[in-house]
Amino acid sequence: MKFVKNQESDETLDLVCRMCPMHLMEPGEKLRCLKKGQVLEILTDYDGALEDIPEWCKKCGQEFLGIEEDEDCYKLYIRKRK
Amino acid sequence: MENVYMDHAAATPVNREVVDAMLPYFDREFANPSTVYEMGSRVRQVVEEQRAKVASLIGASPEGIIFTSSGAEANNLAIKGVAFAKQKKGNHIIVSAIEHHSVLNSARFLERMGFEASFLPVDEYGLVSPGRLMEAIRPETVLVSIMHANNEIGTIEPIYELSLVCREKGVMFHTDAVATVGNIPVKVDDLGVDLLSLSGVSMGAPKGIGALYFRERTRLMPLIHGGIQESGRRAGTENVPAIVGLGKASVLAAERLGSSEDSLRIQEMRNALVSGVQEHIEHSKYTGHPEKRLPGHASFCFEAIEGESLIFMLSQGGIYANTGSACASKALKTSPVLVAIGIPTAMAQGSIVFTMNNTNRSEEVEYVLEKLRQAVGKLRSFSPIWKEKQAA
Repeated sequence: MKFVKNQESDETLDLVCRMCPMHLMEPGEKLRCLKKGQVLEILTDYDGALEDIPEWCKKCGQEFLGIEEDEDCYKLYIRKRK
Repeated sequence: MENVYMDHAAATPVNREVVDAMLPYFDREFANPSTVYEMGSRVRQVVEEQRAKVASLIGASPEGIIFTSSGAEANNLAIKGVAFAKQKKGNHIIVSAIEHHSVLNSARFLERMGFEASFLPVDEYGLVSPGRLMEAIRPETVLVSIMHANNEIGTIEPIYELSLVCREKGVMFHTDAVATVGNIPVKVDDLGVDLLSLSGVSMGAPKGIGALYFRERTRLMPLIHGGIQESGRRAGTENVPAIVGLGKASVLAAERLGSSEDSLRIQEMRNALVSGVQEHIEHSKYTGHPEKRLPGHASFCFEAIEGESLIFMLSQGGIYANTGSACASKALKTSPVLVAIGIPTAMAQGSIVFTMNNTNRSEEVEYVLEKLRQAVGKLRSFSPIWKEKQAA
C-alpha cells in the first residue's frame, strides 16, 4: 500500500457513507471534468476502496498517487493521465 | 351538493395531466433505468429530467435531490442519515415537539441507538423560538429538524431565522416541508436549509413518492443498502411512473404558484370558514397562528365533543375533513401537537382540520358551515360534558 502526506489536489470527491460500487463509479465521472495532470482526492470510509481504487487506476490508465488516513475517512489521490 | 373534499393535507387528487404523463412508464417505457442498453438509458434520462423539475420547484440543484418512497422516508433519511454520518462529531439532535411522527419517531429511534434527542417546546401558536433553539444547541449537536408548516394547526415556522441560528452554531438544519411544497412558494436558499423533505401526496402527485433535498457536501448514511440507484444513497429500482408523476406535479405546482389569484381565493375561502365558525359556533377555538399559516388551512377545537364523531357525522353528509392527528383518530390519544400548544385535553378531543386547495369552491364553504353547525349542535346534545357545562 502506497502512502502520501499533505498531497495537494484540484478536486475532491466525497464518498463517505457510500458503499460499493460507488467508489468505482464516481471517480471516472469526476476525472472527466479534470484536465490531464490534475489530481483528484477521494474521501471514503469503505475499506474495500483501498485495494479497489489502485486496481481501477491500473485498468483505466490513471496514476494512483497514494493513500492518507484522516480522522474519519481515507483520502486516496489519483492523477489524471488520460 | 356533491361530496366536499377538504382533507388535502391527507391526500390530493392526481391531476389528469399527471396521470397522462405517468402512463407510458407502466408499459411502453418499462425498462429498468439502471440497465446499459438504450431502452434503459432512455428511462434513466427521463428520471434525470424529473429530478431537474423537482429541483427547480424548490430552487435546488438536481444533484441534491434523492427520490424516496414518501415524505416519511425522506424525513427518516434526513434525520438518521445525518445523525449516523456525523456520529463521530456528536450524538445530539434537536426536533420540535410538534413534528410529524416520521421525525419524532426517528428521533426516538436514535435515542434507542444511544443518541440524545431534545424535543423543543413551542408557543401557543405552535411557533418555535429561535432564542430557545439557540439555548438548546450543545457542542455535540449535529442536527436540528423543524417542520416548515404543521399539518395539524397550519402554523408556518420561522425557518429562515431558525436556520441562521444553526448556521451560526455550525449545525445542520433540516425542514420537513411536506405541508408546504406545492402549496406555497418554497426555495431552499430563501429558507437557508441544508436538507428538506417533500412528498407527492400533498401536491397532486401519486402516493408512494417523495424526495429529500440535501445541500452539496452533506454526508448521509443510506438507510436502504443495495445498488447504485440515487448515487448510492438510496438503493432499490426507481418507481419511474411515480417519479414522472412527481416531476409533472412539480411543473404544474410552479405554474400554479406563479399566479397569486389562486392563493388569494384559497385564503378567502379559509377566512370565510374561520369567521363563520367563530361567529356561529360557541365554545370553539381556532388553533394555530392566525396569520402565519398555510393559506387553505383551518383548524378548530370544539368543546365537549369528539373530533372522530364529528368527522364521521360530516362524512355522512359528504364532507371530508380530518381530526389532524393519527393519535386522536386511531389511537384514541390526545394529539401531541394540541397538547404542546396548551389546549386542554377536553378541548383537544374535539379537533377538526379542513385543508382546502384550488379545487374547492366558495359555495362549498357555505355548505360546510351549515352542516358543521348542525353536527356540532347534535353531538353536543348527546354530550354529558356539554350538559354539565350548560347546567353550570
